[in-house]
Amino acid sequence: MFVLFKSGVLARRVLLCALLGGPIVPLVAWSDEGSQVGIDNFRFAPNPLNVAKGTEVTWTNHDDIPHSIVLNALGVHSKTLDTDGTFTYKFDKAGTFFYVCGLHPFMRSKVVVK
Amino acid sequence: MSTQSLDPNRRGFLKCMTWAGSAMLWTVAGGVPRSHVIGQAEAAETGFSFAQVSDSHLGFNKPVNANVTGTFQEALNHVTGMAEKPAFIIHTGDITHLSKPDQFDTGAQLLGATKMQACTVPGEHDILEEDRKSYLKRYGKGTRGDGWYSFNAHGVHFIGLVNVVNLQGAGLGDLGKPQLEWLEKDVKSLSASTPIVVMAHVPLWIVYQDWGWGTADGGQALTYLKRFGSVTVLNGHIHQVMQKVEGHVAFHTARSTAFPRGVPGVAPAPGPMSVPPGELKNHLGTAKVSLVSAKAPLAIVDTPLAG
Repeated sequence: MFVLFKSGVLARRVLLCALLGGPIVPLVAWSDEGSQVGIDNFRFAPNPLNVAKGTEVTWTNHDDIPHSIVLNALGVHSKTLDTDGTFTYKFDKAGTFFYVCGLHPFMRSKVVVK
Repeated sequence: MSTQSLDPNRRGFLKCMTWAGSAMLWTVAGGVPRSHVIGQAEAAETGFSFAQVSDSHLGFNKPVNANVTGTFQEALNHVTGMAEKPAFIIHTGDITHLSKPDQFDTGAQLLGATKMQACTVPGEHDILEEDRKSYLKRYGKGTRGDGWYSFNAHGVHFIGLVNVVNLQGAGLGDLGKPQLEWLEKDVKSLSASTPIVVMAHVPLWIVYQDWGWGTADGGQALTYLKRFGSVTVLNGHIHQVMQKVEGHVAFHTARSTAFPRGVPGVAPAPGPMSVPPGELKNHLGTAKVSLVSAKAPLAIVDTPLAG
């Protein structure tokens, strides 16, 4: 199984399959595939993360060093995430939400909710 | 000084001085570099000295160093085993990795076993729990604000600053207005000939802004200190030795006793740096600081755990 991260790639693949008359790869719900953010080597990925309104987003720390998630505009501060630690937050409103790591604020990313 | 009284090693040392310049000498013994402030490190063998340990990260258990308790213990053994025992130990923060009670307990137990006085400042890893008061609850007695304080020892004025509570921008340290006001008052009545030692976790000078390795309002603190003839600023946080002299102010960062971190401008991120098996202890260590003369920078000898 492969995972498609970009809607452009997905759209092109679907179009190509349709033109060739081949089987269409089953579409996986965007909000399910895209609700995970990994933290690797002091970076958030994907960056940015695009989700549908109502999605629960989960961050997972894969580093040896603890991190945390701070969504300033929402007043959200996660607990400290040690290695393999997770934090989940449900985005109920549309908008672009910037966040940083509370311990290493040079780590920045955003969640775009539509 | 006559060279006749010198042993061969001493002659080699002097030979190195001819090309190494006047301030800092790196000698390499068995492949292990050691830094000395030339001409003062040896004089410092007698007189007042104190030891610095830093970034013990007790509780860290990843492969880069699965035994941080052991390496911290080893560092403290170096200190207690010195022929001229230092007057006390300073720990420049990140005593623990995650501010857990058992991690603080291990730190207190190991420091206590030295039977030496320990002076500490918090790192950002020490304030992760108990509403960010985990450090203050254990080490806050007799301090102000988030844990800052000062004291005098052997004619030296020591200042412990806290710059990890309210990180700025990319993660730069921050002292904040109340602490700066306290600092200004604290040093106001001291004579300019009083040697000053400042301890803080994040470097007070900007080492590498992109990773937040510096203190946003550190420059303001230094304006209160620049009239003094000898100011030594001791930091941790970056897990590697970096030094800078600016006027009468000598800046120095210490190695960690737990694990090395990447080198700015070289490593893609500031995480723990894996080193080949057997080489870890070259990257960990202690510093011994000695008062040589009231008007000269203090002599700092960094000692890796290996060697």
